[in-house]
Amino acid sequence: MTALHAATTTGGAATAGAATTAAEPAASLVQSIDWLAIAPVVVPAAVALLVLVADLFATERTKRLLGWLSVAGLAAATALLLPLRAGDRSTFCLTGDPGACSYTADHFTLAIQFLVLAGALVTALLSVTAVREARMPDGEYWFLLLSSAAGAALLPASRDLATLIVALEVASLPAFALVGMRRGDRLSSEAALKFFLSSVTATAVSLFGISLVYAATGSLHLEQVADRLDRVPAQLDTLAMAGVALTLVGFAFKTAAVPFHFWVPDTYVGAPLPIAGYLSVIGKAVGFTGLILVTVIAFPAYSDIWGPALAVLAALTMTFGNAAAVRQDPARAHSAVRLLAWSSVGQAGYLLVPIAAAAYSGRDEIGATVAYALMYAAANLGAFAVAALVARTRPLHRIADYRGLYAERPAAALALAFFLLCLAGLPPGIIGLFAKVAVFGSAVDAGLGWLAVVMAVNVVVALYYYLRWTALLFRAPEGAEAGAAGVRGRAPWPVTAAIAATAVVSVVLSGVPQAVLRFASGTLFPH
Amino acid sequence: MIDISPSVMQFLLAFAVAAPLLGAAAALLPPPPGLKGKNPRQAVLRHGVTVTGAVLAAVLALAAGFDHDQPSRFQATTDISWIPALNVRIHLGVDGISLPLLVMTALLFFLCALYSYFKLPAGPSAKAFTALLLVLETGTLATFAVLDLMLFFLAFETVLIPMYFLIARWGGDRRQAAAWKFILYTLLGSVVMLLGLLLLGLHAGTFDMTALAADGGRGLTATTQLLAVLAIGAGLAVKTPMWPLHSWLPDAHTAAPTVGSVLLAGVLLKMGTYGFVRILLPATPDGMEAVAPYLGAFGAVGILYGSLACLWLARKGNKGDLKRLIAYSSVGHMGFVLLGIASMTPTGVNGALFANIAHGLITGLLFFLVGSLKERYNTADLDTLAGATGAALYGRAPRLGALLAFAAVASLGLPGLAGFWGEMLALFGAFDPAEGLSRPAFLTWTAMGAFGTLLTAAYLLVVVRRVCMGDPAAQPAGGPAALADVRGYEFAAWTPLVALTVLAGLWPALLLGLTDPAVQKLLAGGKA
Repeated sequence: MTALHAATTTGGAATAGAATTAAEPAASLVQSIDWLAIAPVVVPAAVALLVLVADLFATERTKRLLGWLSVAGLAAATALLLPLRAGDRSTFCLTGDPGACSYTADHFTLAIQFLVLAGALVTALLSVTAVREARMPDGEYWFLLLSSAAGAALLPASRDLATLIVALEVASLPAFALVGMRRGDRLSSEAALKFFLSSVTATAVSLFGISLVYAATGSLHLEQVADRLDRVPAQLDTLAMAGVALTLVGFAFKTAAVPFHFWVPDTYVGAPLPIAGYLSVIGKAVGFTGLILVTVIAFPAYSDIWGPALAVLAALTMTFGNAAAVRQDPARAHSAVRLLAWSSVGQAGYLLVPIAAAAYSGRDEIGATVAYALMYAAANLGAFAVAALVARTRPLHRIADYRGLYAERPAAALALAFFLLCLAGLPPGIIGLFAKVAVFGSAVDAGLGWLAVVMAVNVVVALYYYLRWTALLFRAPEGAEAGAAGVRGRAPWPVTAAIAATAVVSVVLSGVPQAVLRFASGTLFPH
Repeated sequence: MIDISPSVMQFLLAFAVAAPLLGAAAALLPPPPGLKGKNPRQAVLRHGVTVTGAVLAAVLALAAGFDHDQPSRFQATTDISWIPALNVRIHLGVDGISLPLLVMTALLFFLCALYSYFKLPAGPSAKAFTALLLVLETGTLATFAVLDLMLFFLAFETVLIPMYFLIARWGGDRRQAAAWKFILYTLLGSVVMLLGLLLLGLHAGTFDMTALAADGGRGLTATTQLLAVLAIGAGLAVKTPMWPLHSWLPDAHTAAPTVGSVLLAGVLLKMGTYGFVRILLPATPDGMEAVAPYLGAFGAVGILYGSLACLWLARKGNKGDLKRLIAYSSVGHMGFVLLGIASMTPTGVNGALFANIAHGLITGLLFFLVGSLKERYNTADLDTLAGATGAALYGRAPRLGALLAFAAVASLGLPGLAGFWGEMLALFGAFDPAEGLSRPAFLTWTAMGAFGTLLTAAYLLVVVRRVCMGDPAAQPAGGPAALADVRGYEFAAWTPLVALTVLAGLWPALLLGLTDPAVQKLLAGGKA
């Protein structure tokens, strides 16, 4: 049995196979490593170090190449997911118990890693021009972005609580610095500090929770924790329960769930625009991935506690987020970024619904979260990409600035309209509609009728502000600004490429929704 | 019927649904050489006429190839898996219930495209107008052609964005507010409907309408059925619109451009009532039975409310807008349709389906006529139009006046014209409702409906008197000096509607022969 397991989990790696067979009699402390399986995490990390070192020797001219090196690294890491698509690898397994592995590349991992790496790639494309024009330090910027991406890619693969926390920190610590990257901007540093303080508090709480869970179960591996939580001795029950609750708090923070959401708008407004997009997609992916792993993999024994809690959290999050988004005054500075920030809080609420549903009707429900997240990633990054383009001529980030965009840049306006309708879930954004249907379906399936109704109301509220923005794109430009349309600058091609890529993905998915919705049916986890 | 091979029939139906969408995309591209026309505007409008014409031809061929001996069987069916994860299939098909609606939809779109070719409403660009019109056509045709709940929802939602922009960009006064009201009302309804559809589909284990109809609600608990009917019914009732959820309609109609009003009344409202017949009656009979008396009550109140509102608007000195008046009359007419459906009898449902078609033809014609009046006078305000004695269309533009009088008497249900049969059958159905429904209650609704027909006659005759009659010499202030009579393109757009109104009135069996077998099968549910 053990040999068979080792053979399947390590695939074709002959060296690894030899290592496990050797381990059988005298349990060696050296775990086998499947390098191909961890390549999507190692490549961005290695490129990050390379960029940091190369920055020391680069001249002003060659520094520009660092950005392209990072883009290439992220593209390579994304491509390296391809050989893993069978989803049957795991590594860093306990030598004594090959079933308990710290790193697993199953279908869930691969889907999230794809989201993270492809999302980081789009962010990198947007950053190439932003870094140059805002004169941000090249080496640091790219190093931080790649490190954060590596951490975010590690997180979905982690199958023990220690790796999980390390991945979470690797993903978020560089993000604090990235938020404060705009030099000399008071708003930027204030945002970074706000983000940092609240995030660190949440992590500390989470770590405390994990220590309690460890005390109660004696293991850090998620599957083992799940096993042992099932039969916790009565006197340790309160301890375990407190541990579970505290651990969840930290992850709820990362998803920007209410009441841990207050950092979002200021942080987004203060951050460079590509980073705001990165946080809204990858930052969120990090949060809900961690939440999924701890809830449905590690703590299924306490689903009667976290199920209702997450359902309430989801309802509050979407309601607060959408209520705040709908109140944004289009004429105020930064209203476009604020609206995207608050709407991303609302979207986080939808993402939580299937996780809550998983407590009632089995962990396969979370497939709807994964499918929704993939749709959301493409559409939201696309919206940020268009915002980056518009901000070049109108740096105030006002929604009112988008009036008449169709007359000025028809392609960008059509793309933005499509992204917004995808986020709203209205045809022609078919993928957005069906992703919402999948989420609704999970709620109805789990008997959470009230949550489905709350979400329905929220969807209509969200439709209102997305549609208001969409309608603005096609209005006639105001008289004074009509003259400015003639002098529009050429869009830099990396930004164009980012918009085109996200638009193509969204349009193709609208024709073939099965491509992401297949995650919503069937199972993502091997066992 | 002409013998057309099944695969060609399949293609015709798929073509009718997909062609407008492709046409919409093509409309946004620059015209190819050889099709540039006189100017880009003319080229794209001609493109719209061509595509809607091709779709109409396809639908007519489909109707010709339809096996009229078996109208209860779904024909020209396509069934392909689309999103296996959600169990969504591209399942298309027509039967005797949907075929007349498809033909009417394709016809109205063609006529609207033709009318716009000569008389484009003032607005941004002809390109966008054509593209939106074609997307709207895809959405409506798909609604009547799909047999999958999720696809039905998708089609139902597809019409929102194009209609929003048609009202908000090409409309008249207060169009922004009206467009918002239209889309928010419908969205709120349709999100609730989505929940109901999911509840129904997930509990029954299938989203396929034919399978749901075959099950006839077996395997669904009474609570599930009731919840599903309430949720789905809410969405459909907003669209229909059922009193008291109708308040978006008068505003939308008043602000919409002429073709927008025609399509809204002629096609979009039918999507709501069609959903009642296609989904709720067969799939959740028990839930429907529980809700039917209330549905009938709302329908009957709608009839009275609509006609009273019209009477008020038609009175001198009330500044009644003609378009608003016809919108309220739609609320009344759709009340008859709902009453017929609520009776749950073959007579009533057949009447409802007949009234659907009749309302589409007659109200479409009325909106065309009022639109052309508004264009000539620059106002649809009845008091301004009528002046002191009346607008005197009989004297100043006799053909226009005659057509308006024709449409008005058709709308009030004159025997021999299309409006008569549907409403009479709906009242008959309500007079003797299905077993298990309260007879006294339905007798009351029938009496209310019958009284409503009297009121309908009253306001329409008042309108005819104030618009068609009067002293030709006494011109209203600010009106045009010479009133152009019906123009060539107007004749072309209106004649088919007039002809079909007469045809359906004189030969109702043409329609009833199609709908009746399908309705019988549908009401029998799984028992047949």
